[in-house]
Amino acid sequence: MKEVTFGQYYPVESFVHKVDPRLKIVFLIAYITAIFLAKNFYGLAACAFVLVLTVAFSRVPILKVLRALRGIAVLILFTSVLNVFFYRGEGDPYFEWTVFAVYREGLIFSAFLVCRLVLLAMLSSMLTYTTTPVALCDGIESLLTPLKWIRFPVHAVSLIMSQALSMIPILSDETDRIKSAQMARGADFESGNPVKRVKAMIPILIPLLISAFRRAEELGEAMEARCYMGDKKRTKYKKLTFTWRDLIVFLLIAGLVTGVVLLRVYCGGVI
Amino acid sequence: MKNFDLDIEEGEFLAVLGHNGSGKSTLARLMNGLLLPDKGTVEVFGTALTEKNLYDVRRNVGVVFQNPDNQTVSMLVEDDVAFGAENVGLTREEIGERIAFALSAVGMEEYRHATVARLSGGQKQRIAIAGVLALKPRVLVLDESTAMLDPRGRREIMDVVLRLNREEHITVVLITHFMEEALLSSRAVVMNRGEIVMQGAPSDIFERHEELLTYNLTLPRIGEICKKLQAGGMNVPDTLDVEILAEAIAASLRSS
Repeated sequence: MKEVTFGQYYPVESFVHKVDPRLKIVFLIAYITAIFLAKNFYGLAACAFVLVLTVAFSRVPILKVLRALRGIAVLILFTSVLNVFFYRGEGDPYFEWTVFAVYREGLIFSAFLVCRLVLLAMLSSMLTYTTTPVALCDGIESLLTPLKWIRFPVHAVSLIMSQALSMIPILSDETDRIKSAQMARGADFESGNPVKRVKAMIPILIPLLISAFRRAEELGEAMEARCYMGDKKRTKYKKLTFTWRDLIVFLLIAGLVTGVVLLRVYCGGVI
Repeated sequence: MKNFDLDIEEGEFLAVLGHNGSGKSTLARLMNGLLLPDKGTVEVFGTALTEKNLYDVRRNVGVVFQNPDNQTVSMLVEDDVAFGAENVGLTREEIGERIAFALSAVGMEEYRHATVARLSGGQKQRIAIAGVLALKPRVLVLDESTAMLDPRGRREIMDVVLRLNREEHITVVLITHFMEEALLSSRAVVMNRGEIVMQGAPSDIFERHEELLTYNLTLPRIGEICKKLQAGGMNVPDTLDVEILAEAIAASLRSS
Protein backbone atom coordinates (compact mmCIF):
# COMPACT_ATOMS: atom_id res chain seq x y z
CA MET A 1 0.00 0.00 0.00
CA LYS A 2 1.59 3.24 -1.01
CA GLU A 3 1.13 6.47 0.86
CA VAL A 4 -1.47 8.71 -0.63
CA THR A 5 -1.71 12.23 0.66
CA PHE A 6 -5.10 13.52 -0.26
CA GLY A 7 -5.26 17.21 -0.51
CA GLN A 8 -2.10 18.43 1.12
CA TYR A 9 -2.67 18.12 4.84
CA TYR A 10 0.47 18.85 6.82
CA PRO A 11 0.25 16.72 9.98
CA VAL A 12 1.62 18.66 12.95
CA GLU A 13 0.00 19.88 16.13
CA SER A 14 -0.48 23.60 16.24
CA PHE A 15 -2.82 26.38 17.25
CA VAL A 16 -4.17 26.72 13.72
CA HIS A 17 -4.63 22.95 13.31
CA LYS A 18 -6.82 22.90 16.39
CA VAL A 19 -9.14 25.70 15.33
CA ASP A 20 -12.67 24.55 14.57
CA PRO A 21 -12.92 23.69 10.83
CA ARG A 22 -16.15 25.64 10.51
CA LEU A 23 -14.45 28.75 11.77
CA LYS A 24 -11.55 28.17 9.40
CA ILE A 25 -13.93 28.04 6.45
CA VAL A 26 -15.66 31.23 7.63
CA PHE A 27 -12.22 32.75 8.18
CA LEU A 28 -11.23 32.00 4.58
CA ILE A 29 -14.44 33.51 3.21
CA ALA A 30 -14.03 36.62 5.37
CA TYR A 31 -10.39 36.91 4.34
CA ILE A 32 -11.26 36.75 0.65
CA THR A 33 -13.90 39.42 1.21
CA ALA A 34 -11.36 41.56 3.05
CA ILE A 35 -8.86 41.21 0.19
CA PHE A 36 -11.43 42.40 -2.29
CA LEU A 37 -12.63 45.19 -0.01
CA ALA A 38 -9.09 46.51 0.29
CA LYS A 39 -8.59 49.40 -2.07
CA ASN A 40 -5.06 50.36 -1.11
CA PHE A 41 -1.79 48.84 0.03
CA TYR A 42 -2.55 49.58 3.68
CA GLY A 43 -5.52 47.25 3.50
CA LEU A 44 -3.43 44.56 1.86
CA ALA A 45 -0.74 45.09 4.48
CA ALA A 46 -3.33 44.32 7.15
CA CYS A 47 -4.29 41.15 5.27
CA ALA A 48 -0.62 40.20 4.90
CA PHE A 49 -0.14 40.68 8.63
CA VAL A 50 -2.96 38.23 9.34
CA LEU A 51 -1.46 35.76 6.87
CA VAL A 52 1.92 36.01 8.60
CA LEU A 53 0.23 35.35 11.95
CA THR A 54 -1.60 32.33 10.53
CA VAL A 55 1.54 30.81 9.06
CA ALA A 56 3.54 31.51 12.21
CA PHE A 57 1.02 29.78 14.47
CA SER A 58 0.48 26.81 12.12
CA ARG A 59 4.04 25.40 12.21
CA VAL A 60 3.73 24.75 8.46
CA PRO A 61 7.13 25.50 6.85
CA ILE A 62 7.04 28.76 4.90
CA LEU A 63 8.46 27.02 1.81
CA LYS A 64 5.42 24.73 1.73
CA VAL A 65 3.12 27.72 1.84
CA LEU A 66 5.06 29.46 -0.93
CA ARG A 67 4.76 26.33 -3.01
CA ALA A 68 1.03 27.02 -3.28
CA LEU A 69 2.01 29.90 -5.56
CA ARG A 70 3.38 27.54 -8.17
CA GLY A 71 -0.14 26.54 -9.11
CA ILE A 72 -1.17 30.09 -9.91
CA ALA A 73 2.18 31.31 -11.28
CA VAL A 74 0.83 31.40 -14.83
CA LEU A 75 -2.24 33.31 -13.73
CA ILE A 76 -0.12 35.84 -11.85
CA LEU A 77 2.18 36.32 -14.81
CA PHE A 78 -0.71 36.67 -17.24
CA THR A 79 -2.67 39.25 -15.25
CA SER A 80 0.38 41.31 -14.35
CA VAL A 81 1.69 41.42 -17.94
CA LEU A 82 -1.73 42.40 -19.27
CA ASN A 83 -2.12 45.15 -16.70
CA VAL A 84 1.39 46.53 -17.13
CA PHE A 85 1.01 46.90 -20.90
CA PHE A 86 -2.64 47.75 -21.34
CA TYR A 87 -3.58 49.87 -18.32
CA ARG A 88 -4.21 53.40 -19.62
CA GLY A 89 -3.19 55.95 -17.01
CA GLU A 90 -3.03 59.76 -17.12
CA GLY A 91 0.18 61.62 -17.81
CA ASP A 92 2.98 60.39 -20.03
CA PRO A 93 3.72 56.72 -20.46
CA TYR A 94 7.18 55.40 -19.55
CA PHE A 95 7.20 53.33 -22.69
CA GLU A 96 5.01 53.09 -25.77
CA TRP A 97 5.01 50.76 -28.78
CA THR A 98 1.98 50.22 -31.07
CA VAL A 99 -0.83 49.13 -28.73
CA PHE A 100 1.45 48.53 -25.75
CA ALA A 101 2.06 51.29 -23.24
CA VAL A 102 3.46 51.26 -19.73
CA TYR A 103 2.05 53.88 -17.36
CA ARG A 104 2.89 54.53 -13.72
CA GLU A 105 -0.66 53.63 -12.70
CA GLY A 106 -0.43 50.39 -14.68
CA LEU A 107 2.65 49.32 -12.73
CA ILE A 108 1.06 50.14 -9.39
CA PHE A 109 -2.25 48.52 -10.22
CA SER A 110 -0.56 45.38 -11.50
CA ALA A 111 1.57 45.15 -8.34
CA PHE A 112 -1.63 45.54 -6.33
CA LEU A 113 -3.34 42.69 -8.22
CA VAL A 114 -0.34 40.41 -7.80
CA CYS A 115 -0.35 41.06 -4.05
CA ARG A 116 -4.05 40.22 -3.91
CA LEU A 117 -3.61 36.93 -5.76
CA VAL A 118 -0.58 35.91 -3.72
CA LEU A 119 -2.36 36.56 -0.41
CA LEU A 120 -5.45 34.73 -1.63
CA ALA A 121 -3.55 31.65 -2.76
CA MET A 122 -1.41 31.46 0.36
CA LEU A 123 -4.28 31.72 2.83
CA SER A 124 -6.41 29.23 0.90
CA SER A 125 -3.57 26.73 0.99
CA MET A 126 -3.31 27.27 4.75
CA LEU A 127 -6.84 25.87 5.10
CA THR A 128 -5.96 22.60 3.39
CA TYR A 129 -2.54 22.38 5.06
CA THR A 130 -4.04 22.56 8.54
CA THR A 131 -7.40 20.78 8.14
CA THR A 132 -7.93 17.08 7.37
CA PRO A 133 -10.39 16.33 4.56
CA VAL A 134 -12.63 14.61 7.11
CA ALA A 135 -12.72 17.69 9.34
CA LEU A 136 -13.35 19.85 6.29
CA CYS A 137 -16.34 17.70 5.35
CA ASP A 138 -17.70 17.87 8.90
CA GLY A 139 -17.26 21.62 8.86
CA ILE A 140 -19.07 22.02 5.56
CA GLU A 141 -21.90 19.76 6.76
CA SER A 142 -22.29 21.77 9.92
CA LEU A 143 -22.21 25.10 8.06
CA LEU A 144 -24.81 23.87 5.59
CA THR A 145 -27.19 22.71 8.35
CA PRO A 146 -29.48 25.76 8.00
CA LEU A 147 -30.22 24.59 4.45
CA LYS A 148 -32.20 21.71 5.98
CA TRP A 149 -34.97 24.27 6.32
CA ILE A 150 -35.39 24.31 2.57
CA ARG A 151 -35.16 20.49 2.52
CA PHE A 152 -31.65 20.44 1.11
CA PRO A 153 -30.21 16.96 1.85
CA VAL A 154 -27.26 18.23 3.89
CA HIS A 155 -26.45 14.88 5.47
CA ALA A 156 -26.50 13.02 2.14
CA VAL A 157 -24.31 15.61 0.45
CA SER A 158 -21.70 15.53 3.20
CA LEU A 159 -21.74 11.71 3.20
CA ILE A 160 -21.14 11.72 -0.55
CA MET A 161 -18.26 14.17 -0.11
CA SER A 162 -16.56 12.13 2.60
CA GLN A 163 -17.09 8.87 0.70
CA ALA A 164 -15.59 10.41 -2.42
CA LEU A 165 -12.59 11.45 -0.33
CA SER A 166 -12.06 8.03 1.18
CA MET A 167 -12.34 6.41 -2.25
CA ILE A 168 -9.36 8.37 -3.56
CA PRO A 169 -6.58 6.20 -2.07
CA ILE A 170 -8.45 2.99 -2.91
CA LEU A 171 -9.09 3.98 -6.51
CA SER A 172 -5.54 5.20 -6.89
CA ASP A 173 -4.30 1.77 -5.77
CA GLU A 174 -6.76 0.13 -8.10
CA THR A 175 -5.51 2.27 -10.99
CA ASP A 176 -1.95 1.08 -10.37
CA ARG A 177 -3.12 -2.52 -10.29
CA ILE A 178 -5.07 -2.25 -13.53
CA LYS A 179 -2.22 -0.39 -15.18
CA SER A 180 0.27 -3.12 -14.24
CA ALA A 181 -2.16 -5.77 -15.42
CA GLN A 182 -2.59 -4.07 -18.79
CA MET A 183 1.14 -3.47 -19.11
CA ALA A 184 1.76 -7.15 -18.43
CA ARG A 185 -0.39 -7.82 -21.47
CA GLY A 186 1.68 -5.49 -23.61
CA ALA A 187 -0.23 -2.23 -23.26
CA ASP A 188 1.92 0.82 -23.88
CA PHE A 189 1.16 3.99 -21.93
CA GLU A 190 4.42 5.86 -22.32
CA SER A 191 5.05 6.35 -26.03
CA GLY A 192 3.22 7.94 -28.95
CA ASN A 193 1.63 11.33 -29.46
CA PRO A 194 -0.74 12.82 -26.87
CA VAL A 195 -3.87 11.57 -28.69
CA LYS A 196 -2.51 8.04 -28.73
CA ARG A 197 -1.60 8.26 -25.05
CA VAL A 198 -5.05 9.46 -24.09
CA LYS A 199 -6.56 6.62 -26.06
CA ALA A 200 -4.26 4.20 -24.25
CA MET A 201 -5.93 5.25 -21.00
CA ILE A 202 -9.28 3.76 -22.02
CA PRO A 203 -8.32 0.19 -21.03
CA ILE A 204 -7.53 1.60 -17.56
CA LEU A 205 -10.59 3.79 -17.19
CA ILE A 206 -13.24 1.22 -18.05
CA PRO A 207 -12.17 -1.43 -15.49
CA LEU A 208 -11.66 1.36 -12.97
CA LEU A 209 -15.18 2.63 -13.51
CA ILE A 210 -16.64 -0.85 -13.18
CA SER A 211 -14.72 -1.52 -9.99
CA ALA A 212 -15.82 1.84 -8.58
CA PHE A 213 -19.44 0.89 -9.18
CA ARG A 214 -18.96 -2.52 -7.60
CA ARG A 215 -17.31 -0.92 -4.62
CA ALA A 216 -20.15 1.56 -4.26
CA GLU A 217 -22.69 -1.25 -4.27
CA GLU A 218 -20.80 -3.35 -1.73
CA LEU A 219 -20.23 -0.32 0.46
CA GLY A 220 -23.94 0.39 0.39
CA GLU A 221 -24.67 -3.13 1.58
CA ALA A 222 -22.03 -2.93 4.30
CA MET A 223 -23.50 0.38 5.49
CA GLU A 224 -27.00 -1.06 5.58
CA ALA A 225 -25.72 -4.08 7.46
CA ARG A 226 -24.49 -1.63 10.08
CA CYS A 227 -27.97 -0.19 10.51
CA TYR A 228 -27.50 2.85 8.30
CA MET A 229 -30.84 4.55 7.70
CA GLY A 230 -29.94 8.06 6.66
CA ASP A 231 -29.83 10.67 9.39
CA LYS A 232 -33.10 9.56 10.96
CA LYS A 233 -31.76 8.45 14.34
CA ARG A 234 -28.11 9.13 13.76
CA THR A 235 -25.93 10.72 16.41
CA LYS A 236 -22.41 11.99 15.97
CA TYR A 237 -19.43 10.74 17.95
CA LYS A 238 -17.20 13.65 17.08
CA LYS A 239 -18.93 16.89 17.84
CA LEU A 240 -17.44 20.18 16.82
CA THR A 241 -17.19 22.52 19.78
CA PHE A 242 -15.90 26.05 20.02
CA THR A 243 -13.01 26.78 22.39
CA TRP A 244 -10.99 29.80 23.48
CA ARG A 245 -8.85 29.39 20.36
CA ASP A 246 -11.88 29.91 18.21
CA LEU A 247 -12.77 33.06 20.09
CA ILE A 248 -9.32 34.53 19.38
CA VAL A 249 -9.60 33.61 15.70
CA PHE A 250 -13.08 35.09 15.55
CA LEU A 251 -11.85 38.38 17.03
CA LEU A 252 -8.98 38.40 14.54
CA ILE A 253 -11.36 37.99 11.60
CA ALA A 254 -13.68 40.69 12.90
CA GLY A 255 -10.70 43.00 13.47
CA LEU A 256 -9.34 42.38 10.00
CA VAL A 257 -12.59 43.07 8.19
CA THR A 258 -13.28 46.24 10.23
CA GLY A 259 -9.71 47.43 9.73
CA VAL A 260 -9.82 46.93 5.99
CA VAL A 261 -13.15 48.74 5.70
CA LEU A 262 -11.82 51.70 7.76
CA LEU A 263 -8.64 51.86 5.66
CA ARG A 264 -10.78 51.81 2.54
CA VAL A 265 -12.87 54.73 3.74
CA TYR A 266 -10.09 56.91 5.18
CA CYS A 267 -7.07 56.23 3.01
CA GLY A 268 -8.55 56.27 -0.48
CA GLY A 269 -7.80 54.04 -3.44
CA VAL A 270 -4.50 52.72 -4.63
CA ILE A 271 -4.45 55.10 -7.56
CA MET B 1 -32.39 -21.31 -2.48
CA LYS B 2 -35.01 -23.97 -2.03
CA ASN B 3 -36.05 -26.53 0.58
CA PHE B 4 -33.84 -24.73 2.99
CA ASP B 5 -34.33 -25.44 6.66
CA LEU B 6 -31.62 -24.59 9.12
CA ASP B 7 -31.72 -23.95 12.85
CA ILE B 8 -28.84 -22.16 14.46
CA GLU B 9 -28.40 -22.57 18.21
CA GLU B 10 -27.40 -19.63 20.34
CA GLY B 11 -23.70 -19.68 21.13
CA GLU B 12 -22.74 -22.20 18.51
CA PHE B 13 -20.01 -21.88 15.91
CA LEU B 14 -21.54 -22.93 12.63
CA ALA B 15 -19.52 -23.27 9.44
CA VAL B 16 -21.31 -23.06 6.10
CA LEU B 17 -19.31 -24.64 3.32
CA GLY B 18 -20.01 -24.50 -0.35
CA HIS B 19 -18.57 -23.89 -3.74
CA ASN B 20 -19.09 -20.63 -5.69
CA GLY B 21 -22.76 -20.13 -6.48
CA SER B 22 -23.96 -22.59 -3.86
CA GLY B 23 -26.10 -19.91 -2.21
CA LYS B 24 -23.85 -19.18 0.76
CA SER B 25 -23.85 -15.43 0.29
CA THR B 26 -27.61 -15.40 -0.26
CA LEU B 27 -27.88 -17.10 3.12
CA ALA B 28 -25.82 -14.34 4.75
CA ARG B 29 -28.00 -11.64 3.20
CA LEU B 30 -31.18 -13.42 4.30
CA MET B 31 -30.00 -13.53 7.89
CA ASN B 32 -29.93 -9.76 8.36
CA GLY B 33 -32.64 -8.78 5.93
CA LEU B 34 -30.48 -7.42 3.13
CA LEU B 35 -32.61 -9.85 1.15
CA LEU B 36 -36.11 -10.87 2.13
CA PRO B 37 -37.27 -14.36 1.12
CA ASP B 38 -39.86 -14.68 -1.70
CA LYS B 39 -41.39 -17.60 0.15
CA GLY B 40 -40.88 -18.88 3.66
CA THR B 41 -39.66 -17.04 6.72
CA VAL B 42 -36.46 -16.15 8.47
CA GLU B 43 -36.83 -16.20 12.22
CA VAL B 44 -34.35 -14.37 14.40
CA PHE B 45 -34.55 -14.99 18.14
CA GLY B 46 -38.11 -16.21 17.80
CA THR B 47 -39.55 -13.37 15.73
CA ALA B 48 -40.07 -13.51 12.00
CA LEU B 49 -38.00 -11.03 10.01
CA THR B 50 -40.12 -8.41 8.26
CA GLU B 51 -39.47 -4.99 6.81
CA LYS B 52 -40.70 -3.46 10.05
CA ASN B 53 -38.21 -5.05 12.42
CA LEU B 54 -35.32 -4.96 9.94
CA TYR B 55 -33.15 -2.62 11.99
CA ASP B 56 -33.73 -4.48 15.26
CA VAL B 57 -32.58 -7.63 13.51
CA ARG B 58 -29.53 -5.91 12.04
CA ARG B 59 -28.48 -4.75 15.50
CA ASN B 60 -28.47 -8.37 16.62
CA VAL B 61 -27.09 -10.00 13.48
CA GLY B 62 -23.87 -8.42 12.27
CA VAL B 63 -22.58 -9.35 8.84
CA VAL B 64 -18.96 -8.93 7.77
CA PHE B 65 -18.34 -9.13 4.02
CA GLN B 66 -15.55 -10.28 1.79
CA ASN B 67 -13.65 -7.21 0.68
CA PRO B 68 -12.29 -5.15 3.59
CA ASP B 69 -11.74 -2.09 1.37
CA ASN B 70 -15.38 -1.97 0.38
CA GLN B 71 -16.65 -1.93 3.95
CA THR B 72 -14.70 1.07 5.15
CA VAL B 73 -16.96 4.02 5.72
CA SER B 74 -14.43 6.43 7.14
CA MET B 75 -10.72 7.03 6.69
CA LEU B 76 -9.99 6.95 10.40
CA VAL B 77 -10.25 3.68 12.35
CA GLU B 78 -12.12 5.29 15.24
CA ASP B 79 -14.71 6.95 12.99
CA ASP B 80 -15.20 3.79 10.98
CA VAL B 81 -15.88 1.67 14.05
CA ALA B 82 -18.20 4.37 15.38
CA PHE B 83 -20.37 4.34 12.24
CA GLY B 84 -22.80 1.60 13.27
CA ALA B 85 -23.15 2.90 16.82
CA GLU B 86 -23.83 6.39 15.47
CA ASN B 87 -26.52 5.02 13.15
CA VAL B 88 -28.62 3.62 15.98
CA GLY B 89 -28.52 6.88 17.88
CA LEU B 90 -26.33 6.13 20.89
CA THR B 91 -24.95 8.96 23.00
CA ARG B 92 -21.34 10.10 22.62
CA GLU B 93 -20.24 8.38 25.82
CA GLU B 94 -21.84 5.10 24.77
CA ILE B 95 -20.25 5.30 21.33
CA GLY B 96 -16.86 5.93 22.92
CA GLU B 97 -17.28 2.84 25.12
CA ARG B 98 -18.45 0.76 22.17
CA ILE B 99 -15.39 1.75 20.14
CA ALA B 100 -13.08 0.77 23.01
CA PHE B 101 -14.92 -2.53 23.48
CA ALA B 102 -14.97 -3.42 19.78
CA LEU B 103 -11.34 -2.54 19.17
CA SER B 104 -10.12 -4.51 22.17
CA ALA B 105 -12.27 -7.48 21.10
CA VAL B 106 -10.36 -7.64 17.82
CA GLY B 107 -7.03 -6.70 19.39
CA MET B 108 -6.64 -3.38 17.59
CA GLU B 109 -6.77 -0.90 20.50
CA GLU B 110 -3.50 0.78 19.60
CA TYR B 111 -4.76 1.58 16.10
CA ARG B 112 -7.71 3.69 17.30
CA HIS B 113 -6.37 6.89 15.78
CA ALA B 114 -4.73 5.29 12.73
CA THR B 115 -5.71 5.68 9.10
CA VAL B 116 -7.52 2.64 7.68
CA ALA B 117 -5.69 2.85 4.35
CA ARG B 118 -2.35 2.15 6.02
CA LEU B 119 -3.40 -1.14 7.65
CA SER B 120 -2.82 -4.64 6.27
CA GLY B 121 -5.66 -6.69 4.80
CA GLY B 122 -6.09 -8.73 7.98
CA GLN B 123 -6.08 -5.61 10.12
CA LYS B 124 -8.63 -3.91 7.87
CA GLN B 125 -10.90 -6.93 8.15
CA ARG B 126 -10.49 -6.87 11.94
CA ILE B 127 -11.62 -3.23 11.84
CA ALA B 128 -14.62 -4.32 9.75
CA ILE B 129 -15.46 -6.89 12.44
CA ALA B 130 -15.04 -4.22 15.11
CA GLY B 131 -17.42 -1.97 13.16
CA VAL B 132 -20.06 -4.68 13.40
CA LEU B 133 -19.24 -5.49 17.04
CA ALA B 134 -19.83 -1.85 17.97
CA LEU B 135 -23.53 -2.65 17.57
CA LYS B 136 -23.10 -5.45 20.16
CA PRO B 137 -24.70 -8.13 17.98
CA ARG B 138 -25.53 -11.56 19.39
CA VAL B 139 -24.77 -13.22 16.07
CA LEU B 140 -21.77 -12.60 13.87
CA VAL B 141 -22.01 -13.72 10.25
CA LEU B 142 -18.78 -13.80 8.25
CA ASP B 143 -19.50 -13.97 4.55
CA GLU B 144 -16.22 -15.23 3.06
CA SER B 145 -14.48 -12.62 5.15
CA THR B 146 -11.12 -14.35 4.83
CA ALA B 147 -11.27 -15.06 1.09
CA MET B 148 -9.21 -12.02 0.09
CA LEU B 149 -6.62 -12.30 2.84
CA ASP B 150 -3.17 -13.89 2.94
CA PRO B 151 -2.66 -16.89 5.26
CA ARG B 152 -1.49 -14.64 8.08
CA GLY B 153 -4.50 -12.36 7.80
CA ARG B 154 -6.75 -15.40 7.67
CA ARG B 155 -5.27 -16.72 10.91
CA GLU B 156 -5.71 -13.32 12.58
CA ILE B 157 -9.41 -13.33 11.70
CA MET B 158 -9.95 -16.92 12.83
CA ASP B 159 -8.26 -16.22 16.17
CA VAL B 160 -10.52 -13.22 16.73
CA VAL B 161 -13.66 -15.10 15.73
CA LEU B 162 -12.86 -18.08 17.94
CA ARG B 163 -12.25 -15.82 20.91
CA LEU B 164 -15.49 -13.92 20.35
CA ASN B 165 -17.36 -17.20 20.24
CA ARG B 166 -15.76 -18.57 23.40
CA GLU B 167 -15.34 -15.50 25.55
CA GLU B 168 -18.09 -13.12 24.44
CA HIS B 169 -20.48 -16.01 23.69
CA ILE B 170 -21.35 -14.57 20.31
CA THR B 171 -23.00 -17.00 17.93
CA VAL B 172 -20.79 -17.30 14.85
CA VAL B 173 -21.86 -18.27 11.34
CA LEU B 174 -18.75 -18.68 9.25
CA ILE B 175 -19.39 -18.85 5.54
CA THR B 176 -16.32 -20.05 3.73
CA HIS B 177 -14.83 -22.32 1.11
CA PHE B 178 -11.69 -22.95 3.13
CA MET B 179 -12.14 -26.35 4.73
CA GLU B 180 -9.41 -25.66 7.29
CA GLU B 181 -11.51 -22.89 8.79
CA ALA B 182 -14.56 -25.12 9.06
CA LEU B 183 -12.49 -27.46 11.22
CA LEU B 184 -12.66 -24.97 14.07
CA SER B 185 -16.45 -24.94 14.09
CA SER B 186 -18.76 -26.96 16.31
CA ARG B 187 -21.05 -27.85 13.42
CA ALA B 188 -20.67 -27.69 9.67
CA VAL B 189 -23.21 -27.46 6.89
CA VAL B 190 -22.42 -28.08 3.23
CA MET B 191 -24.47 -26.22 0.63
CA ASN B 192 -24.85 -26.98 -3.03
CA ARG B 193 -27.15 -25.16 -5.46
CA GLY B 194 -29.11 -23.50 -2.70
CA GLU B 195 -29.73 -26.64 -0.69
CA ILE B 196 -28.18 -28.20 2.37
CA VAL B 197 -26.58 -31.41 1.23
CA MET B 198 -24.54 -32.46 4.25
CA GLN B 199 -24.41 -31.49 7.90
CA GLY B 200 -22.79 -32.63 11.11
CA ALA B 201 -19.59 -32.32 13.09
CA PRO B 202 -16.78 -31.08 10.86
CA SER B 203 -14.74 -34.22 11.42
CA ASP B 204 -17.70 -36.42 10.38
CA ILE B 205 -18.18 -34.40 7.23
CA PHE B 206 -14.55 -34.67 6.31
CA GLU B 207 -14.75 -38.43 6.70
CA ARG B 208 -17.03 -38.43 3.67
CA HIS B 209 -14.41 -36.89 1.41
CA GLU B 210 -15.59 -38.68 -1.72
CA GLU B 211 -18.99 -37.06 -1.33
CA LEU B 212 -17.41 -33.66 -0.69
CA LEU B 213 -15.59 -33.90 -3.99
CA THR B 214 -18.90 -34.14 -5.86
CA TYR B 215 -19.77 -30.71 -4.44
CA ASN B 216 -16.44 -29.34 -5.68
CA LEU B 217 -14.98 -29.17 -2.19
CA THR B 218 -11.60 -30.63 -1.35
CA LEU B 219 -10.41 -31.86 2.02
CA PRO B 220 -8.19 -29.76 4.24
CA ARG B 221 -4.56 -30.53 3.78
CA ILE B 222 -4.28 -32.56 6.99
CA GLY B 223 -7.13 -34.78 5.86
CA GLU B 224 -5.53 -35.26 2.47
CA ILE B 225 -2.23 -36.18 4.10
CA CYS B 226 -4.04 -38.82 6.22
CA LYS B 227 -5.67 -40.34 3.18
CA LYS B 228 -2.39 -40.41 1.26
CA LEU B 229 -0.49 -41.97 4.16
CA GLN B 230 -3.17 -44.65 4.47
CA ALA B 231 -3.00 -45.30 0.74
CA GLY B 232 0.77 -45.64 1.10
CA GLY B 233 0.24 -48.33 3.73
CA MET B 234 0.93 -46.40 6.90
CA ASN B 235 -1.25 -47.14 9.89
CA VAL B 236 -2.73 -43.73 10.75
CA PRO B 237 -6.29 -42.90 11.78
CA ASP B 238 -8.53 -40.42 9.94
CA THR B 239 -7.92 -37.27 11.84
CA LEU B 240 -7.90 -33.52 11.33
CA ASP B 241 -5.82 -32.85 14.42
CA VAL B 242 -2.17 -32.15 13.67
CA GLU B 243 -1.03 -33.44 17.07
CA ILE B 244 -2.84 -36.77 16.74
CA LEU B 245 -1.52 -37.27 13.24
CA ALA B 246 2.04 -36.47 14.30
CA GLU B 247 1.83 -38.99 17.19
CA ALA B 248 0.38 -41.63 14.87
CA ILE B 249 3.14 -41.10 12.30
CA ALA B 250 5.80 -41.26 15.01
CA ALA B 251 4.25 -44.43 16.48
CA SER B 252 4.03 -46.23 13.15
CA LEU B 253 7.60 -45.23 12.23
CA ARG B 254 8.82 -46.57 15.60
CA SER B 255 7.02 -49.90 15.16
CA SER B 256 8.43 -50.39 11.67
